[in-house]
Amino acid sequence: MPDSRSQIVVENLTLAYGDFLIQKNLNFTINRGDVFIIMGGSGCGKSTLLKSMIGLKSPDMGDISYNGVPFWSSEHQQQETMKRGFGTTFQAGALWSSMTLAENIGLALRQYTDLSDTAIRDVVAYKLMLVGLAGFEDYYPNEISGGMMKRAGLARAMALDPEILFFDEPSAGLDPISAKLLDDLILELRDSLGTTVVIVTHELASIFAIGNNSVFLDPVTKTQLATGDPNDLRDSHENLVVRNFLQRGMAETTR
Amino acid sequence: MTEALLQSDPGSGNTLVVTFSGDWLLGSGLPSATHVLRQLQQAPRPASVSFNTSLLGEWDTGLIIALLAIHREAVKQNVEVDETGLPDGARRLIDLAFAVPEREGARRHSKQKRFLERVGESVLELSENGKDLLTFAGELVLSLRRYARGTATYLRSDLLQHIQEAGAQAFAIVSVISFLIGMIFAFVGVMQLSMFGAGIYTADLVAVAMIREMAPIMTAIIMAGRTGAAYAAQIGTMKVNEEIDALQTLGMQPIDFLVTPRVIALVLMMPLLTMYASLMGIFGGMAVGVVMLDISLVQYVAQTVNAVGLNSLFGGLFKSIVYGSLVAVAGCQQGMACGNSALAVGQSTTRAVVMGIVLIVVSASVLTVIYINIGI
Repeated sequence: MPDSRSQIVVENLTLAYGDFLIQKNLNFTINRGDVFIIMGGSGCGKSTLLKSMIGLKSPDMGDISYNGVPFWSSEHQQQETMKRGFGTTFQAGALWSSMTLAENIGLALRQYTDLSDTAIRDVVAYKLMLVGLAGFEDYYPNEISGGMMKRAGLARAMALDPEILFFDEPSAGLDPISAKLLDDLILELRDSLGTTVVIVTHELASIFAIGNNSVFLDPVTKTQLATGDPNDLRDSHENLVVRNFLQRGMAETTR
Repeated sequence: MTEALLQSDPGSGNTLVVTFSGDWLLGSGLPSATHVLRQLQQAPRPASVSFNTSLLGEWDTGLIIALLAIHREAVKQNVEVDETGLPDGARRLIDLAFAVPEREGARRHSKQKRFLERVGESVLELSENGKDLLTFAGELVLSLRRYARGTATYLRSDLLQHIQEAGAQAFAIVSVISFLIGMIFAFVGVMQLSMFGAGIYTADLVAVAMIREMAPIMTAIIMAGRTGAAYAAQIGTMKVNEEIDALQTLGMQPIDFLVTPRVIALVLMMPLLTMYASLMGIFGGMAVGVVMLDISLVQYVAQTVNAVGLNSLFGGLFKSIVYGSLVAVAGCQQGMACGNSALAVGQSTTRAVVMGIVLIVVSASVLTVIYINIGI
């Protein structure tokens, strides 16, 4: 019987594109209310792991369980239902370009709830207010800036009040103030709604500011080198590669 | 600027001293380092190589490239490299270049393929494409079933917009092309049929040709270049922007949302456009016929009405539905199969148009043979 606190359990996960191995033997657990960081050097397969967690890329081996239910060995219909508990923000926002922000955010609501049009309009307005975009309902994605698109993408991900929020590089391309605001927002969502947050990032400032659990992927050995609180990993992990990454290459060889 | 020179002399203690002098700047005709490399390879091999740069002037990447070549060869031949004679900056740049070792298996080795190998691969790719298209058609049928049952996710406004784009907005180009095609047919008809005193049959020729064959096929080709290409580009760009991933993560079927409305729009609009094109073609023929044949408008119209049966009309409209669905499927399938780059969007757009036109022409031949055999 799994611990009732653990929400996502990744077991023996192996990811590959054809013959090209990305990562193997990944094992980690994400607890309810964690802000979990997937980190590692460029090209180590962070985004691929995220894709596998949100149901876009099937693993070659292993499985990912949500609340004890294995995702990849479930029926298609079950997978679709589980996916509704996820909210995902993509690197560049990935807003649907033919729809206004209100339509982008409202689509899932219209599809999966019985809310009336006015109620949807209210929910959309509230989600936009949360991400600091109040009043932008009727703008198209190409009429707003990159940082705004990212925040609108977050508003869309939050539309169905998901249990788990996934972020692909949330602060990449944002100025330090906006990045800080986004970090605060993520923490606020976790604290107020109890949302579990999974973030792919290599921004050290964010990692230490908001992360309380993490996995470190290594492109050379193609597996995870460490998992745990990033602050602990930085100070006392036995592997030099991990400490070096978290201390911007300043780790001492001997401790 | 002084000329760049490269000398190498055996120094004391079995050391090869390489001397750089002058300005070593890219694009100023640098000497080749091959003779130094040869000295490193040939017996008697020096034990170490050192550098003298006291006469070196300005330098840039040109110098580093030569140094890297010497360095690499020396390491390969187990010759020690003494970098003390180099300028500080150059030494640091070389260290930087070797700081991260080449990743195992990262380098690509291009292999020259033989002719037969390439032919074989193309054939396999062709059959693979055929399979993809069939799979896609199957998924489309499943999606249409969801539409029929009312369980599909799509935006009504999207569907209406696609209908407008594939219908009303194509009017201008379809008018011009069909009018001109009708005129061309009439010219040929007048020239040839007048020789037998049968000029009046130009009206029959134009009407039958337009309604049965030309209007469906020309409209379809216009739509392949206009709408099929747009479908591939729109869906392909959405794929590049991860918009399709975003749909999937919300548990929605991209095919219901993006493909089926486009196919429905084109299949609905094609017969209407085709009827309109036939009419424009007949007008074109009429303009030429009335002017060149010295017959009255009433005569021409009467001749046309007698020439065309409902069979021809329905035959032509059925063709247009077939062509329309082929164009839409080719465009959407190429869009969905698009890779993840701007280049890939261009390629799938091209492929959508080519595939659309090939499918139109092939099905046109098949349908014509069938029509003749069942006597339409």
